[in-house]
Amino acid sequence: MTETQVVTYGEALGQAYREEMLRDENVYLIGEDVGRWGSLYRSSKGLLAQFGPKRVKDAPLSEAAIAGCAVGSAAMGMRPIAEIMYIDFITIAMDQIVNHAAKWYQLSNGKVKMPIVFRTQGGAGRRNSSQHSQSLENWFVNIPGLVVVMPSSPYEIKGLLKSAVRDNNPVMFIEHKSLYFAKEEIPIEEYLIPLGVANVKREGSDVTVIATSWMVSFAINAAEQLQKEGISCEVIDPRTLWPLDKETILRSVEKTKHCVVVTEAPAEGGWSAEAAAVVFEGCFQLLKKPVTRVTGMRTGIPYGSVLEMQVIPNEEKIVKAIRNLLNK
Amino acid sequence: MATKFSKETYLYWYELMQLIRQFELTAEEKYKMEGKIRGFFHAYVGQEAIAAGCMTATRQEDPFITAYRDHGLALAKGVSANSCMAELYGKGTGCAKGKGGSMHFFGKDVFFFGGHGIVGAQIGTGAGLAFAEKYRGTDNVSITFFGDGAARQGMLHEVFNIAMTWKLPVVFICENNNYAMGTSVERTSNVVDIYKLADAYEMPADSLDGMTPEPVHEAVARAVKRAREGGGPTLLEIKTYRYKGHSISDPQKYRTKEEVDEYKQRDPLQQVLKKITTEKLATKEEIAAIDKRVSDTVQAAVKFAEESPWPDDSEVLKDIYQQQDYPFIVD
Repeated sequence: MTETQVVTYGEALGQAYREEMLRDENVYLIGEDVGRWGSLYRSSKGLLAQFGPKRVKDAPLSEAAIAGCAVGSAAMGMRPIAEIMYIDFITIAMDQIVNHAAKWYQLSNGKVKMPIVFRTQGGAGRRNSSQHSQSLENWFVNIPGLVVVMPSSPYEIKGLLKSAVRDNNPVMFIEHKSLYFAKEEIPIEEYLIPLGVANVKREGSDVTVIATSWMVSFAINAAEQLQKEGISCEVIDPRTLWPLDKETILRSVEKTKHCVVVTEAPAEGGWSAEAAAVVFEGCFQLLKKPVTRVTGMRTGIPYGSVLEMQVIPNEEKIVKAIRNLLNK
Repeated sequence: MATKFSKETYLYWYELMQLIRQFELTAEEKYKMEGKIRGFFHAYVGQEAIAAGCMTATRQEDPFITAYRDHGLALAKGVSANSCMAELYGKGTGCAKGKGGSMHFFGKDVFFFGGHGIVGAQIGTGAGLAFAEKYRGTDNVSITFFGDGAARQGMLHEVFNIAMTWKLPVVFICENNNYAMGTSVERTSNVVDIYKLADAYEMPADSLDGMTPEPVHEAVARAVKRAREGGGPTLLEIKTYRYKGHSISDPQKYRTKEEVDEYKQRDPLQQVLKKITTEKLATKEEIAAIDKRVSDTVQAAVKFAEESPWPDDSEVLKDIYQQQDYPFIVD
């Protein structure tokens, strides 16, 4: 049996960093307070001492320059992990990500690779209010050339980050601020999770629940609650919004004939619509009801705890949506 | 002026500048008269001495990166006239397989990291090239070009700050042709001496005339030497002038014909030619031979572009993702 350890999401991330930096000296970390501070949620704690300031680069508060540095150095063969402290700040680095990181491979006639991981975190749940709590992942799904990863647990973040570092395309690695202290038992020995393979978190037969990031745990809780009522939910974590594992999703919906998509981001123009479209296009005739969505509301994320939790999905909303879908 | 430079250097400068000039004038003709080139087209005509001076002050491994007025620097670095012309034609043999066009020449093999369309963005990526050189422990120096318009972008300040803090081996070259599209430098800022922007970061800086290659070579050589020795970045504001509009579609209502003519009196190509003839560095026949070689190269490039095939339809989905083996990419 594999030996295991219990780690937090943040610690698992730190382990992934360490393993990848030891494996490949071209991997370096750049970002605001990634060195002495050890990153906002302490994920890079100890890395500066272990790898030195050449490979763990504390940058000024200059997101555009951080991203520019990542792009230019990746073109020369480095494998930067560029941390943008909050996804809300990525707006400032957007030009470098969209117009440069995602384009140079094509513009260089396939000669310049862009092995960058843009690590950032989004989402609500920590009273961070409207400019520090958004779910902006949808923007990147719509940019050809980018890979979009959303790790939902300690096991996931470690295996996915290691794959992201080894990927030769720019990867948007979008963590969730409410998950850093979540704990999970994970293998001690090295493992990788391939990008583009969804994870069936829980098997079931009545309804397929596709949930991303923090929403996966809400979906699991909802499924357990419904199990007591005799409703069997299959919960799928796509892990990567692009590339999307359509096969696993369609296989599940072909079995359950019902589908709910849960995202923290608002519904309009979002990935939840893409997931729904995949299901409609792939198995329309088999569906007993239209795909339904449980998403964040189309509003700014409020500061106060009551309102904050009200604008995003929760177990209750997911349970209600599933009951409605199944007429139960 | 004392002849500090060899005959070979002058003849190299002349041939390179003539190549850039003839390439662009010919391409412009193909655009305007024959409609074979379309979209954006930003000519370098008038600014060739900067490319010439930078080339002799650097070595091949020093990466160059610039904005959308990129034909001159791409040719200088060694991206072939054939692949440049084919790129303008949108053909499959272009340096970006016809997917980039005028603004996006690229030649990784010759250390030319592009032609980029977002004003000022390459100041950041250029610093990134330098970051990698330092990380890898080479003594190569990133030569990062931008225009006077880009000097007003926020990226410049973020990058000047990190480049000085980390002593990155980069020479920032502001090709100041006095117009950001149609807005002259003095209408864009209270600070009209762009080189002074370096002061806020205590970055060494200089301002110089770029209508002849000699001062460009000298200033760049000094800056490159400092960077190679670990002394960090330099900002060079090189005063130049573009004879053509911002782009091919520019009605040029923001400047007078007299102003353009005044600069043409100091034409960089003519100044180098004059130096060669007065100093008797080459005979008329030798110069004619260079002109002929350039003309042949440009005509061959046109022929190559015209005869090249269009990219295959299958090209549209190529070179988007480096990995083709994601388990679920099936389209």
